[in-house]
Amino acid sequence: MLNFTRWRVFTILLPLVIGILCAVPSFLPDSVVSHFPNALQTRVNLGLDLSGGSHLLLEASTQDVAKQRLVNMEEQVRTELRRGTPRIAVGDISSRDGKLAFMVRDPQQVDAAVERIRPLTQGAGLTGQRDFNVEVVNSSTVVITPTDAGINNAVKSAMEVATEVIRKRIDEMGTREPTIQQQGNNRIVVQVPGLQDPKALKDLLGQTAKLEFKLVDQAADPAEMAQGRAPVGSEVLPYPDNPSGVPFIAVKRQVMVSGEDLVDASQRYDPQTNAPNVSITFNASGGRRFGLVTSQNVNRPFAIILDGRVLSAPNINEPILGGSAQISGNFTVESANQLAIALRSGKLPVALTVVEERTVGPQLGADSIRAGLIASIIAVAAVALFMFASYGRFGMYANLAVAINVLVILGVMGILGATLTLPGIAGFVLTIGTAVDANVLIYERIREERRRGRGVVQAVEFGYKEASRTIFEANVTHAIAGGIMLALGSGPVKGFAIVLLIGIATSVFTAVTFTRMIVANWLRRARPTDITI
Amino acid sequence: MKLLKLVPDNTNIGFVAMRKWAFALTALLTVLAVGATAHRGLNLGVDFVGGLMIEAKFQQAVETDKVRATIGSLGVGESSLQQFGDPKTVQIRLPLPEQGGAGAANAVVEKTRRAMTAQFPGVTFSRYDTVSGKVSGELIQNGVLAVMLAVIGIAVFSWFRYEWQFGVSTFVAIMHDVLMTLGFFAVTQMEFDLNIIAAVLTIVGYSINDKMVIDDRIRENMRKYRKMDMKALVDLSVNETLPRTVMTSVTIMLALGALLLFGGHVLRGFTAAMMLGIIVGTYSSVYVSSSLLISLGLKPHLSDKKSSRGIAAQAERMGPTDGAQP
Repeated sequence: MLNFTRWRVFTILLPLVIGILCAVPSFLPDSVVSHFPNALQTRVNLGLDLSGGSHLLLEASTQDVAKQRLVNMEEQVRTELRRGTPRIAVGDISSRDGKLAFMVRDPQQVDAAVERIRPLTQGAGLTGQRDFNVEVVNSSTVVITPTDAGINNAVKSAMEVATEVIRKRIDEMGTREPTIQQQGNNRIVVQVPGLQDPKALKDLLGQTAKLEFKLVDQAADPAEMAQGRAPVGSEVLPYPDNPSGVPFIAVKRQVMVSGEDLVDASQRYDPQTNAPNVSITFNASGGRRFGLVTSQNVNRPFAIILDGRVLSAPNINEPILGGSAQISGNFTVESANQLAIALRSGKLPVALTVVEERTVGPQLGADSIRAGLIASIIAVAAVALFMFASYGRFGMYANLAVAINVLVILGVMGILGATLTLPGIAGFVLTIGTAVDANVLIYERIREERRRGRGVVQAVEFGYKEASRTIFEANVTHAIAGGIMLALGSGPVKGFAIVLLIGIATSVFTAVTFTRMIVANWLRRARPTDITI
Repeated sequence: MKLLKLVPDNTNIGFVAMRKWAFALTALLTVLAVGATAHRGLNLGVDFVGGLMIEAKFQQAVETDKVRATIGSLGVGESSLQQFGDPKTVQIRLPLPEQGGAGAANAVVEKTRRAMTAQFPGVTFSRYDTVSGKVSGELIQNGVLAVMLAVIGIAVFSWFRYEWQFGVSTFVAIMHDVLMTLGFFAVTQMEFDLNIIAAVLTIVGYSINDKMVIDDRIRENMRKYRKMDMKALVDLSVNETLPRTVMTSVTIMLALGALLLFGGHVLRGFTAAMMLGIIVGTYSSVYVSSSLLISLGLKPHLSDKKSSRGIAAQAERMGPTDGAQP
């Protein structure tokens, strides 16, 4: 027990020294740490509740994705059957109950129709599973039903695109170190530290940014429009800033040019009115189409539609040929800029809604850190004093172990890149309280052994040996609770669990192994005949 | 130097003799706690019921009635206000608008902010959370699941490691701790949110720590004193570990006390829950779980069969094998 060989001392001290060194950068200001080599920039990240910022949980509607796919499918089926030879005439197309059904006019052609649709329904995945099932009912009606696997695939790829689009949009805002992660099937977590204006972020993420240009239907009857009815081939869309006073307008259904062909968008000013607008640039094919449409429709109004709402419907004064155009509308500089960002980063494949938001002001965060720090210092001081009063010299050893333990926990968190949250601080304070538990167990055991009349060295030896087993048992069970918290918990529960688990691991090492070494060292040097404990 | 000793040497309290009273008291308190929870319900935070929570910080102390009137005139739904320890901070809870998604919640916050700034210059919203009903349902589910799994996992662990009686007594004691904590929140109507779930899990972890230490000593003594009466043996074990139980509880209370007084208002509920849990957990370790072992009919010979195999067998070789008995 008393013999700690040189290499053993070394293997005990080495991890502790590394842990402490890794904790150091957390106490230094940014400007100093940034000069360190990468491996030494082991800082504890502060959670949003400490640094201030916004946490958003966005959810995509899987139903929307499914619906969208069905609409696309309908379009594909029509095209395929119409364009192929022989042409197959269909009627009664309906897409109710999440299924697409249509009737083939000539019963002889049913098999041919199914043959032609089949290739459209094959999934692109490796499994070769179909995305849709095709069946014939009542001998002439073809029903196309999406499979679960197909919907899952579609949602998965939509979420991947959405995550990418969100990343681009947030980067464009110039925010520092955002975290964007997919969670579960259809959710995305966005965490932005130190954000001053979460509203702008939510507005930006809430935009699908689906841009379309359609011709205005000038023949529509205003009275019919007021009731939401439009002529065949047209539709009524909301137009909040309509100069004519009514908040809607009728436009042709056909999309002349869409945002898919955009290569760039930026906020500019209208040279005549000096009002903010958005300047967009098309790729070659988009530019060509835009030129064609505008030259064929000079002097007619052209509706600019964003996410199903008409932004403006300016007259086409002359053909627009250069491949770039202006989107005018009732913009402020901010809203024009936001639209430009949204357009640049592409449209979201699916609309996202905010299902959870947590925003903490920077002031409260700073207050919380200060309060947490003060509480920790006082807790350490109180526990240290109490331990010293109870166990004297041994109490001091325990205190040294706790102090090292606190630093090592910070160091390990730094190495793991773990995040310290407010409940994490609570976990810290609790760790300080429980870390001495191991020492208390050992020391009480030594007291007992002394009372039973064992010699100093033997009592210490037995104290450590006997208590070690109990400490192991107790910590394993404690770790079970921590592990479950980490696996199941969200937010605060997780933050707390991380600190707790790291604390359990390090405290066993510092409280048992490290103090044992110090005690052994002291016993060997001083050779006391009696100990005060 | 004279050292502090909270529990004098050779303390011998007859815990087991008191066990009928302890069980009755425990059962009564548990029933009361469950009754209070069922009757009054918990004051669930927005984490669990969904809605909007705004923490507003004012320049001077304000009357909540005035704040309530200001918000009431906005037509954003029934507000509930709560003042934290300091009279300048008020927590406002509002229902989430049923329609309109993200934009609508934004609009409510903005509307409230404008009205409040007009009425109380210099007010700032230091924090606000919005949680939709769907997410809050999942959070409840996960929270309850986490606590249940933790309790069951630990009980199973101590059943495999020791005898089934230990598993059962541990389970009973922990359920008691959890129920008492719930009862405390029902009676005080303090806000019950995700943080509190973390606190409950900590209590479970701590309480289990305590029980493991005592159970371990009981097992050790069962090997040492094979002929001793179980009642005397449990008493001996609890008394032997009493100094440690008290010491550790005191150090943790010191740490938590610091957190309660200086840790800021955000963690106050959390800390209060843990302090209560430590008391309840210590009580149940000393009075309930070990005494329950006797009622469950734990006998020394049982341990011998099981201790001869598995990890437990190895652990025992570390123990004293010579005449260490007094």
